[in-house]
Amino acid sequence: MTTATATLERPVARQATEIVDCDIHPIMKSPKDILPYLSRRWQEHHETIGFRFRGPFHGASAYPKATPALSRGDSWPPEGGPPGSSLRFMQEQHLDALGITTGMLQPLFPVGMDERNLDFAHAVCRAVNDWQVDAFTSQDSRLKANIVVACNDPQGAVREIERCAGDGHHVQVSFATRAVEPLGSRRFWPIYEVAERHGLPLGLHSVGTNGHAVGAGGWPSFYFEEHQSVSVSLHAMVASMVLEGVFEQFPKLKLIVIEGGFAWLASLAWRLDDLWPKFRAEVPHLKHPPSFYIRRNVYCTTQPMDEPPMQRDLKTVLDWIGWDRVLFATDYPHWDSDDPRYVFKFPMSEEQRTMLFSGNAKTVFGLG
Amino acid sequence: MARHIVAKALDVPADGSKLVTVAGRAIALFRVGEEYFAINNRCPHEGGSLCHGRLVSLVRSDEPGTYRLSRRNEMLQCPWHGWEFDIRTGQSWCDPERIRTRNYVVTVEPGEELVKGPYKAETFPISVDGDYLVVEI
Repeated sequence: MTTATATLERPVARQATEIVDCDIHPIMKSPKDILPYLSRRWQEHHETIGFRFRGPFHGASAYPKATPALSRGDSWPPEGGPPGSSLRFMQEQHLDALGITTGMLQPLFPVGMDERNLDFAHAVCRAVNDWQVDAFTSQDSRLKANIVVACNDPQGAVREIERCAGDGHHVQVSFATRAVEPLGSRRFWPIYEVAERHGLPLGLHSVGTNGHAVGAGGWPSFYFEEHQSVSVSLHAMVASMVLEGVFEQFPKLKLIVIEGGFAWLASLAWRLDDLWPKFRAEVPHLKHPPSFYIRRNVYCTTQPMDEPPMQRDLKTVLDWIGWDRVLFATDYPHWDSDDPRYVFKFPMSEEQRTMLFSGNAKTVFGLG
Repeated sequence: MARHIVAKALDVPADGSKLVTVAGRAIALFRVGEEYFAINNRCPHEGGSLCHGRLVSLVRSDEPGTYRLSRRNEMLQCPWHGWEFDIRTGQSWCDPERIRTRNYVVTVEPGEELVKGPYKAETFPISVDGDYLVVEI
């Protein structure tokens, strides 16, 4: 049997009994839907000044995102509004159809996370955090909200985390992965302290406009290249947090790297460990080799799935990084989403399947 | 191989698509110019619904800095991950030897011929007016 035949005619994968989807993108039906959540002061700011970021192409993405609203062509709700805006259609097309038992919301728009006006940033984050509850999590208990915060002002971010933590809706904290400084920087540590104290994982989805190119090599020409480079930016984020000592200072902090793939995590750990004996004295706060912290504190979501020519090779990759480190995610409704029925194109044990689809996520989020 | 009457020809919009179910199979019908095509609706990559895909031209390049556009609307782009399939053959453009989506022979036949048989429309009545699409499965 050729690989082609296997790809074309493979049976629908046995459905896992539970599926925790760690990356679902909700969005407001209209940009104006944020207004009821803003005070008069910020409503006027929203209307007269609006959003301002550290990036070019104001009001537009720096790259064409492959499809309108960067979404699957079949995900536009028939009742109108952009993909991800209709809970009813999300239930019909995604949650019910695929048997998603728990869905973690990752609201990317409107963007308060790295808005330059820090007070507006906090107001927008607060609005997004309350809107998720009203529009989604209070209406469907499968969905869990995310505390989005403006990490460039950690004190304000801490206040927002304290406001939302433990309300039964918000289960993780999210902010820009490409912030004004690498995320290992001590300026962000107050956020890590409060997240660890509340047992809230950092669910960091690749996002952020900090004025720098997404990769270290300058501004790419193509979305193709940018799409790949966001993963590279997450390698840098993990290295920064490990080497600065974030996980030495906050040993129970959990970092979930979202939408960056996962195969690279093995190579990153090898390379850092290789350098550790040479540069250990530069980072004496690290009591263990870098791989120790990656193995203990870092998780990755599956999407966009690494797809090697021999799909079975992913089993070896998962052996390297640990089957307990990887959480299933679809990225619904975005164009590059993965379908739980077809995403794993290699055989695995029932125990491994359960870990990837639900068990690992339930452990990380402390569910059930 | 059975022949199935699946749709009125005019029900497939110009440079658009229509999804039909034939003998339990979801089949996406497409119309490009005056030609009709029928392919399995399920993308062989991850199952995207191909009837929601865009019909685009084939863009090729002999070297960086040049490009050639041809075969207007004859490439079908999956609405999920953007994989391109040749609407005439079902073959994946990037991996034609290994990956293709099943395509079916589709013909346009006048209603007045079809009402005489031997074909039978299972899902809708056939009128002597208008043309119909017949798919071989």
